[in-house]
Amino acid sequence: MSAPVALRIEGVHKSFGKLEVLKGVDLEVGEHEVVCLIGASGSGKSTLLRCINLLEPIDAGRIIVEGEEITAPAADVDAIRRRIGIVFQAFNLFPHMSVLANITLAPIRVLRRPRARAEADASELLERFGLADKRDDFPDRLSGGQQQRLAIIRALAMEPDLLLLDEVTSALDPELVAEVLEIIRELAGQGMTMVIATHEMGFAREIADRVCFLDAGVILEQGPPDRIFGSPTEPRTRQFLARIVAAGRL
Amino acid sequence: MTGVRAPRRRVGRMSGGRAVLIALVSTIVFFGVIGWVVVNSPGWPAVQRSFLDPAEFRDALPDSIARFRINVQLFLIAEVLILVVGLLLAVLRSLPGPVFFPIRALAVAYVDIFRALPGILVIFVLGFGVPALRIPGVPKDPFFWAVVALTLVYSAYVSEVYRAGIESVHPSQEAAARSLGLSRFQALRFVILPQAVRRVVPPLLNDFIGLQKDTVLVSFIGVVEVFRTAQNKQAAHFNWTPYLATALIFILVTIPLARLTDWLIARDRRTQARGGVR
Repeated sequence: MSAPVALRIEGVHKSFGKLEVLKGVDLEVGEHEVVCLIGASGSGKSTLLRCINLLEPIDAGRIIVEGEEITAPAADVDAIRRRIGIVFQAFNLFPHMSVLANITLAPIRVLRRPRARAEADASELLERFGLADKRDDFPDRLSGGQQQRLAIIRALAMEPDLLLLDEVTSALDPELVAEVLEIIRELAGQGMTMVIATHEMGFAREIADRVCFLDAGVILEQGPPDRIFGSPTEPRTRQFLARIVAAGRL
Repeated sequence: MTGVRAPRRRVGRMSGGRAVLIALVSTIVFFGVIGWVVVNSPGWPAVQRSFLDPAEFRDALPDSIARFRINVQLFLIAEVLILVVGLLLAVLRSLPGPVFFPIRALAVAYVDIFRALPGILVIFVLGFGVPALRIPGVPKDPFFWAVVALTLVYSAYVSEVYRAGIESVHPSQEAAARSLGLSRFQALRFVILPQAVRRVVPPLLNDFIGLQKDTVLVSFIGVVEVFRTAQNKQAAHFNWTPYLATALIFILVTIPLARLTDWLIARDRRTQARGGVR
């Protein structure tokens, strides 16, 4: 790991009431690295991503982004979130705003960009990701795949240092998954640092620089995709992958 | 599909014709009996003279309509203030975190108290009590205090309507807004409130139908509006017919508002059925 560190997670614990979801997670992500989190439902993948974005306060540990400890008590939460984009499984688009307004809201209100410039930037992103003709539509007129592409564009408009993707294809019909994965592939090609929680094992194997297997709130095993998928050392990892293969997902 | 539906529709039409007939006969019998009982009651001639006098009605209607303008003014001014104060209360009550506890507590106390008090008491206290203090610079105009009283009472109700709307917006919307770096206030202003307000327009209109009628209460502190006009005429002529004119005016104004509310609710339901929230 010679590249500069974009994200460092040290001993992160998180409980919801009596349920301990994260039990001491350590992870380092280098700049321009793509890390995929795999693991069964409930293993803590989504919670970890929500903690990195400070949408969930952590109980113990530290999270450091680009050298700054974002979990410090005095940290400016809004300023930190500007640099960390997150895309949700359920899109979470703003239903009362047009496609364009969904994208430009944060650049105008948070980055204080002039509207004309924010709209020009947004139009460029829409063009690049094939949604230019939807600019003035409302989200409910878009297909699931288009909605998720819009959610990714909305996060990109803030020019984040780090992009978190939380099972972004899980709510999509199978035939719409490809168009979303295509965008992520393109972003990886451009060097975007990403942490991706996913059930798409084939995609994780193809795109990830590193795969982390989460089990019962800890990262049980991590390494290059070929090793994790080809010759996992932990019995739990083998078990998980065997179930995935049996389900025809790999 | 059509093969199944066609015969059902025919059955429906047949029973539809019979249903109309039954409804017609039952309505005629029902109101016929009531009418017969009323008209044949011992006191009917006296009631007819004092409540249903055509000459009195013709005399009262133009004045009542003219004075109804005061009610409309009162309603319009109070409504704008209620929308603002109610929203402010709802937002204050939604502030999270222990720091804002005193503000939340105040907002809760306000809503509890003004929903508990009968409106007429608030109107009396403000309309008679405050001017009686004779504090220099404090207005004595009953119209002013009428607006204040109605605003205080109705903003308590309206804040609860707003709050229900705010709470109906899914938390993931706030998460999405905050994740983009928007502050709590910006998330509320640009993401939560626009969706919340859209959803509560029908119940808000419902409260305004109530407000429209309650504008007559301010006649008790000396605002000469439509109800007070009828009262004056009744006192002068010993005839109650002017109240009938007042009733008619309120019915004519309220029914369109009620239908508009129904229409908006039906439209919302259609939008939701489509899966949209716009």
